[in-house]
Amino acid sequence: MNFDFSDDQKQLRDQARKFLTEKCSPKAVRVVLDGKAPYDKELWKGLAEMGFLGVAIPEEFGGAGAGHLELCVIAEEMGRANAPVPFSSTVYLAAEALLIAGSDAQKKKWLPAIASGEAIGTLALFEGNGNPSPKAIKLTAANGVLNGVKKPVADGAIADFAVVAARTGSGGRDSDISLFLVDLKAGGVEVKSLTNLDPTRGQAEITFRDCKAEPLGAAGEGWSILTQVLDRAAVLCAFEQVGGSDRALEMGRDYALDRIAFGRQIGSFQAVKHMLADMYVSATLARSNSYYGAWALSTNAAELPEAAAAARISATQAFQHCAKNNIQVHGGMGFTWEFDCHMYYRRANAMALGLGSLTYWEDQLIDRMRKKNAA
Amino acid sequence: MNFDDTPQEAEFRAIARAWIGANAPKQYEEDLRKSSLGRTVLRNGNILEVAKAWQKKKADAGWACLHWPKEYGGRGSSPIERVIWQQEEGPFGQLSRMFIIGHGMCGPTMMAFAREEHKRTYLPPLASGEKVWCQLFSEPAGGSDVAGLRTRAEKDGDDWVINGQKIWTSGAHYSDYGILLTRTDPTVPKHKGLTMFFLDMKSTGVEVRPIKQASGASDFNEVYFTNVRIPDHQRLGEVGDGWNVSLTTLMNERSAIGAAVSTGFPELFEYCSSLMLDDGPAIEDRAVRSKLANWAVKASGLKYTSMRAISALSKGERPGPENSIGKLVAGSMIQDVATYALDLQGARGVISGEDAELAGRFQAMLLRAPGTRVEGGTDEIMRNIIAERVLGLPGDIRVDKDVPFNKIPTKGRS
Ligand SMILES: Cc1cc2nc3c(=O)[nH]c(=O)nc-3n(C[C@H](O)[C@H](O)[C@H](O)COP(=O)(O)OP(=O)(O)OC[C@H]3O[C@@H](n4cnc5c(N)ncnc54)[C@H](O)[C@@H]3O)c2cc1C
Repeated sequence: MNFDFSDDQKQLRDQARKFLTEKCSPKAVRVVLDGKAPYDKELWKGLAEMGFLGVAIPEEFGGAGAGHLELCVIAEEMGRANAPVPFSSTVYLAAEALLIAGSDAQKKKWLPAIASGEAIGTLALFEGNGNPSPKAIKLTAANGVLNGVKKPVADGAIADFAVVAARTGSGGRDSDISLFLVDLKAGGVEVKSLTNLDPTRGQAEITFRDCKAEPLGAAGEGWSILTQVLDRAAVLCAFEQVGGSDRALEMGRDYALDRIAFGRQIGSFQAVKHMLADMYVSATLARSNSYYGAWALSTNAAELPEAAAAARISATQAFQHCAKNNIQVHGGMGFTWEFDCHMYYRRANAMALGLGSLTYWEDQLIDRMRKKNAA
Repeated sequence: MNFDDTPQEAEFRAIARAWIGANAPKQYEEDLRKSSLGRTVLRNGNILEVAKAWQKKKADAGWACLHWPKEYGGRGSSPIERVIWQQEEGPFGQLSRMFIIGHGMCGPTMMAFAREEHKRTYLPPLASGEKVWCQLFSEPAGGSDVAGLRTRAEKDGDDWVINGQKIWTSGAHYSDYGILLTRTDPTVPKHKGLTMFFLDMKSTGVEVRPIKQASGASDFNEVYFTNVRIPDHQRLGEVGDGWNVSLTTLMNERSAIGAAVSTGFPELFEYCSSLMLDDGPAIEDRAVRSKLANWAVKASGLKYTSMRAISALSKGERPGPENSIGKLVAGSMIQDVATYALDLQGARGVISGEDAELAGRFQAMLLRAPGTRVEGGTDEIMRNIIAERVLGLPGDIRVDKDVPFNKIPTKGRS
């Protein structure tokens, strides 16, 4: 047993951290936060050049072919830096869907474009309703055209293509859902940006009107593919959340050491110390659950569904906990736009909803644990 | 990242499994499996005797205190092998709880500070469970503030003469030896005047009085010392250096790595899987599921945190203060889990003991849990350790730091 990343993977982490510290300062994040750009194009290009966008994409499709553990390491750093780029939608959702279900031609078309930073992708799943469920999907697919509205779609306004979940049967069963690939720059698509909790990663409403689409994976397999995509993304997002938690904790710790009140460093007050200790505890539990998820993801273990749900819940809670208490440690300063605390608070709460809420994942976890116990 | 056994680990596992299969006291397996924190009742056996017999059997075959050197009664095993052993030992591992203080704290302290001849004499029978040890640190005046203790040790020829009182000493009533922290100089600041010894609990002048605990059980004691003589060669560390010696003990106490911390979660999950509520199975109830999921990720988080610690240990890194999180998280969790299990039982949850649901498993857990949050350092002390030693925050302000011990006030309100 060796429950840790390898030296090479840790080196990759250092490299990613160094790169992001330089290219993704809080000042750079604020350009997007303040609405001056929809995402950081320079950073996106840089990430492609570093090979980070295609780190888990096989070499034959233009990637680095390193693997998912390497992607986890980079995800953590993306979360730490609060990177304002469509990384999760493109790399965790769109690319993973292609890797799982894409035809050779589809992979050849889109994966190299993702790895090189030329194509931004996303997953169009939700239709206003909060949680992933076959019943909630109303958008229809018939004779190769889609009709319906998706919202919210993460990074939908800047995406070049989308994996779209559509209804191909009339019931609420899993087998009534199929997936499609849509070139969003082609006709029949109308995109509207939505304001959202975290402007550093946009959300959109996409209307499909007799929009041409090609199937991704077999008809009726959509839900089963989606479940796999969401599980993988849950682990990868968990690493972003762990990175964010750590950064929020670090910011709080540093401020507690610098700020003086009543003639003392506020970090010497036990209420503040204990608040930071509790942040450390939740970040640590989340990290450990995420490591287990990373192992399951990278080995495609039978434990993945359960491990993914546990990582998702734990990391979501930790990031929310650390982000909110980071503001508390900072006092009034923490509640100003000028301080960076709210960027992590926004990201933590937006991420908590992106793949379905905590409630949804709690349900998933218990179902999966029951199944395992029954087996 | 790899969870699979290496070929050597797999071989070790197979040998351990075969030996346990052939030797474990199977007649108690069911009782041990059903027991949980606060309640280990063997229907047809005395727990101490059963535990001692199992430990002795293990020792004779080379399975006791696996990570200790062979010359002190161990096996010289790697941290991973120790974990594999614990996994394979399963419910029978509960029997080792009887020896946790000796094996987890007294042994390592002896190993670090005792004379070689003492180590060879005292450690093997400690490992084999033939001799039981206790830890005599806490006093009415010094629990969290261990260095506030008052038990005096005065030099008299080649001996030290001990007078004073300890309290909350687990297992003192059946212990053969103990490690004892005393004050040898009350005129210097409190941390500087302490000295550590080990002693024979049967020495003249040692009186052990069991205390009835809040849970109703009597696992801990008051221990009185009246002119107890300890030879100087039983001193552990230098005179006046007892604080440092005790830190070794406490560090080991907190990082009893691999010792799976009891969270109560597996018990609760099992319970909810079969429990019927008014409107259907508990496990299908939205609120129940949410609670379970939240505890599930804490329990798994702890499990994988300790695996990370073991991986670090096996690469030669030392266990650090970050291991304080196990008891901190598990302590309050087990309390909440028990409270919730009783809530699900409704009015009948009030019944405890054999007449209660599951023979009072959760009731016993509830009544034992407060002790878990206190023993071995309270939740607050654990948080201080994380804040100060992991996160680097300032230490608490200590108004008694440079004051001679005999000038420190002793009461909050007079
Ligand atoms: C079941 C059990 C078994 C035990 N077994 C042993 C044993 O075998 N050997 C042994 O030596 N001792 C043993 N103890 C004693 C145990 O170590 C002490 O009870 C414990 O360290 C707390 O000390 P105290 O009881 O004096 O509480 P106090 O120190 O008086 O604490 C009272 C309250 O004040 C808080 N507090 C104290 N100091 C601080 C601080 N600096 N910052 C914030 N809050 C603070 C505590 O957290 C607690 O809430 C055992 C205790 C229990 C419950």
